[in-house]
Amino acid sequence: MYCATLATRGIEPGLLANLAETLTLSTPNPHRLPSRVAREDEHLLVTAAKSGDVSAFEELVNRYERKIFRLTMNITRNREDAEDAMQDAFMKAYSHLDKFQEDSRFYTWLVRIAANEALMRLRKRRPNQVSLDEPIEGEDDFIPQQIQDWGPSPEQRYAQTEMRDILRSVIDELAPDFRVVFVLRDVEGLSTEETAEAVGISEAAVKSRLLRARLKLRQKLGRHFRQDGTQ
Amino acid sequence: MNCNDVILRVSSYIDGELEGTLVQEIELHLKECHDCTILVQQTKLTVRWYYDSDLVDFPADVSARLHETLRRKIREARK
Repeated sequence: MYCATLATRGIEPGLLANLAETLTLSTPNPHRLPSRVAREDEHLLVTAAKSGDVSAFEELVNRYERKIFRLTMNITRNREDAEDAMQDAFMKAYSHLDKFQEDSRFYTWLVRIAANEALMRLRKRRPNQVSLDEPIEGEDDFIPQQIQDWGPSPEQRYAQTEMRDILRSVIDELAPDFRVVFVLRDVEGLSTEETAEAVGISEAAVKSRLLRARLKLRQKLGRHFRQDGTQ
Repeated sequence: MNCNDVILRVSSYIDGELEGTLVQEIELHLKECHDCTILVQQTKLTVRWYYDSDLVDFPADVSARLHETLRRKIREARK
């Protein structure tokens, strides 16, 4: 409820409204009050927040913080970096709210900012592992040599928590270049064009890395799921 | 269309980004190739599992620090 707190401390509602836009992602935080505004009303919330509506701002904060953290955590795989990236992304969006064009989705705009913040930290920590280069042609280690059946549905064979652990350990093994593209496209649902813009690579490179990421993940998951149980 | 051709297009195929003639060629191959059929199914499953999964917890202390930080920075920005 910090919006109300800020208001009582004399913070200008317009600034809070700006921050609200900063936060336009999409999953409600279960620890907070349920959203009274449907997701389709994002633009109304943003407009209201820009004009100083504190409750709209509050709604946006609650709605998007969880999703932004998931994004920065999935990219950096480091909690401290993820938290810093999330905080800076929100503040950056707040500072540049006047530049946000409301004909595009606020969510996408915010994701781009957060992805850039997360990538910056990832590159600092692993300078040689995250590149803007186009994919190297001829790297065919993602081509499966042997395809094995996974047997009866792994979803039924493994408990939900076990599946979650497997998915997490497998994506952790993916090289950052591939993981970033996979997370933006397949977890956050950005388009190829939006992903290319966020990462700073061409659309062709996004497609190439996405193919490799998906095939590598499939291959690594196969170590856990294949029918004969061998590793 | 051989297996490698399918593998190189599997991502675009499951995303529905290929032209009709290519889709037909791939599906013709899939009818005859058990391995490629499994590959396509497993790749689809992989994408769906990650899309449906929420692998990151959002601890209350992280949320609290975010709100505290934003509050402080907004206050500073107004000075």
